[in-house]
Amino acid sequence: MTVNKLERLRKGVITILMLAVSILFLLPFIWMLSASFKIEADVFTYPIQWIPTKWHMIENYTEVWVGKFPFYKYYWNTVKVTILTTTASAFVSALAAYGFSKINFGAGKYLFMIVLATYMIPQQAILVPQFILYRSIGFFDSHLGLILLSSFSVLGTFMLRQFFMGVHNEYIESAKIDGAGHWRIFWKIAFPLVRPAVATYAILRFIWTWNDYQNPLIFLRTDKLYTIQLAMQKFSTINGEFYSLIMAAAVSAILPLLIVFIIGQKSVIEGIALGGVKG
Amino acid sequence: MHPLQPAPAAAKPKQKIKTGSLQKKETIAGLLFVSPMLIGVSVLTLIPILATFMLSFADWNFIAGFKDMKWVGLANFERLFQDDAFMKSLKNNGYFLLTVPIYMAFSMFLAVVIDKHVYMKGYFKVAYFMPYISSIVAVAIVWQVLFHPSAGPVNQLLMSLGIENPPKWIADPKYALPSLMMISIWTAIGFNMIVYIAALQSIPRDLYEAADIDGANNWVKFKSITFPQLSSTSFFLLITGIISTFKVFDLIAILTKGGPISSTSMIVWYLYDTAFVNLKIGYASSMAVILFACVMFITLLQWIGQKKWVNY
Repeated sequence: MTVNKLERLRKGVITILMLAVSILFLLPFIWMLSASFKIEADVFTYPIQWIPTKWHMIENYTEVWVGKFPFYKYYWNTVKVTILTTTASAFVSALAAYGFSKINFGAGKYLFMIVLATYMIPQQAILVPQFILYRSIGFFDSHLGLILLSSFSVLGTFMLRQFFMGVHNEYIESAKIDGAGHWRIFWKIAFPLVRPAVATYAILRFIWTWNDYQNPLIFLRTDKLYTIQLAMQKFSTINGEFYSLIMAAAVSAILPLLIVFIIGQKSVIEGIALGGVKG
Repeated sequence: MHPLQPAPAAAKPKQKIKTGSLQKKETIAGLLFVSPMLIGVSVLTLIPILATFMLSFADWNFIAGFKDMKWVGLANFERLFQDDAFMKSLKNNGYFLLTVPIYMAFSMFLAVVIDKHVYMKGYFKVAYFMPYISSIVAVAIVWQVLFHPSAGPVNQLLMSLGIENPPKWIADPKYALPSLMMISIWTAIGFNMIVYIAALQSIPRDLYEAADIDGANNWVKFKSITFPQLSSTSFFLLITGIISTFKVFDLIAILTKGGPISSTSMIVWYLYDTAFVNLKIGYASSMAVILFACVMFITLLQWIGQKKWVNY
């Protein structure tokens, strides 16, 4: 055998070994999917039936989506909160990032340092005052309050600032000579140039908001305002014995993210690799 | 008389006014652009952190209203370090630190293998990344079922392999914390691996070519090129990883609620329980201060360490 062939054989063997390891990561998901298709009595049969013998998929998912604890309501809440949070947070971050990188004003540097310093503060250390504040100004138990909590992202500002700094100043100077103000320069020139970075940030923020459990847990109380993460936990408490339904709920909660991830895979991976960012 | 003489003198102040007003305009524009962010950060982060510090010196039950607030000085902190439940939580946070080097080692290994030695790289990235993008609630609930003491697949498998009394996992005080740590490792690997893969791609290729000429084998190449070249990434992941262990909350809230017999209580869980279940605001705030101090200390360590220990 030539060296090249040997090399390819080795790569093939390692690929097969790695496939086996990757199964460890996917098995819980496969188990979840398979359990969501089963009748309750078959969920815990051993050896595990990966492909259900008695299909109960339509019944399970109908019960989850429009049954006693209808998921479509919580889905709508989550979609609303996630999209508004993502938009608001990307917009506020882009504005601030432009201001901190492309407008030359004395206080800018110091203000940026203050903003950046707040990144060190773990949210759990300020939960109690935030809660008291929300209770006293009436933002508690509202979607608006929940959205505002994640709309001012230091991370987003930092990330986008890096990209705005890469926009050449000549573009901005020449637009200024043509009489454009900063708002027009931002909106017509700078923002379109950094749009891919904004998209990357938006996808990450989408994933984090969709998956957020802690903030809805603390800042929402009324059932009908619940997001999907809270609803799922409630659902699993109510339906404690019905694992097939719980798994159908879990699949429903993960699916949209999986789709977003597969579509925006390159952006997500780049974004994470870029700053090694973490929710 | 030189009619032209006054002209430059007159032009100078005029120009000055012009640049001055231009600069003023810039400043106003700048402040307008950054003000939403500044206001948000001030109201939702800066004021609350000051409030946390103030409240940590108070004895206050939220229900009682502001007039029943009592200032107690450092009493909350004194009590904290005699509180067995808090010390236990702190200790559990200590144990949880172990997860960081473990998942970093796994991630680095997987990254090196996936980056160079396999086909279907795209598939592997998605497969290992699945736990990270999946909601922690869904993941936790699935593991809860998989770890079910009698009917769960994990124990079914162990029993069929002849282990008569498999551990009760999250229901067993001895195994509950290790179970949570395992789940946490499982979810963290994908994220760390992606960061490592990105870092691997920025290592100059000629280093490896030079090593090939010297006849170095894979292990030598890993030991003397890859590992040192990844040191800044490793350091970064170590720091962010340690910080994230201080913030562990979701898994505990969904799976164990700190139990059984507070074997899985950690700082943030105890803080949450004290503030939002027992409504002891002042006492919870003193824990928040400790949490803040821990994270701050590690961040400072990062600033110092980055200059000293990292081999670029």
